[in-house]
Amino acid sequence: MERFFLASALALCVIILLSLYRGVFGPTVFDRIIGAGFIGTKTIILLVLMGFIYERIDMFIDLALAYSILNFIGTLIISKYFIRKGAK
Amino acid sequence: MVIVAAIFMVAGLFVFAIATIGFLRFPDFYTRMHATAKGDTLGTLFFVIGLALYYLHHGFCWLGLVQGIKLILIAVFWLLASPTATHALLRSAFESDLSPWTKDGKAIIEWPPKRRDK
Repeated sequence: MERFFLASALALCVIILLSLYRGVFGPTVFDRIIGAGFIGTKTIILLVLMGFIYERIDMFIDLALAYSILNFIGTLIISKYFIRKGAK
Repeated sequence: MVIVAAIFMVAGLFVFAIATIGFLRFPDFYTRMHATAKGDTLGTLFFVIGLALYYLHHGFCWLGLVQGIKLILIAVFWLLASPTATHALLRSAFESDLSPWTKDGKAIIEWPPKRRDK
């Protein structure tokens, strides 16, 4: 089961790399925000998987929980900022 | 039970992969948002349920129940937070007049929309 966690963590890293393309070359600013949010979601899952791999589950679950809250608030603040500034 | 957890996690990976394909291939911001937001929420839900099943079944001790509940709390929180963040993002894109993509370029809906509130 240990190897299965490692394999899925690697698959998540590949998915993060793929979505990094749109995050960097996204035509509009909002594509970059989605890229950041998308990678943020993967990071939450990656954190929990690392907890299972290192057998230190209680620490990594708290990290993942804190990070998901931060990611959510970050997306809200960025979208509030771009309402006034416009997409240009 | 471990097999069930593995199935859930593979399903989560599958949903994430599809969301990434949608994120890369769709032509416009709104369609990309359409793909990623749903893919995120469902993928996270599958993954965390799989992990919780594995964790609560593998080495079950009453002390570990708190961790399992916190694990499910992450999924529930993300289930509530992701649509809210998506709505805020879409609204800001819509407010800053990002016109939706159409196949032939002519806008189907009347664009830019008449400002009611501003």
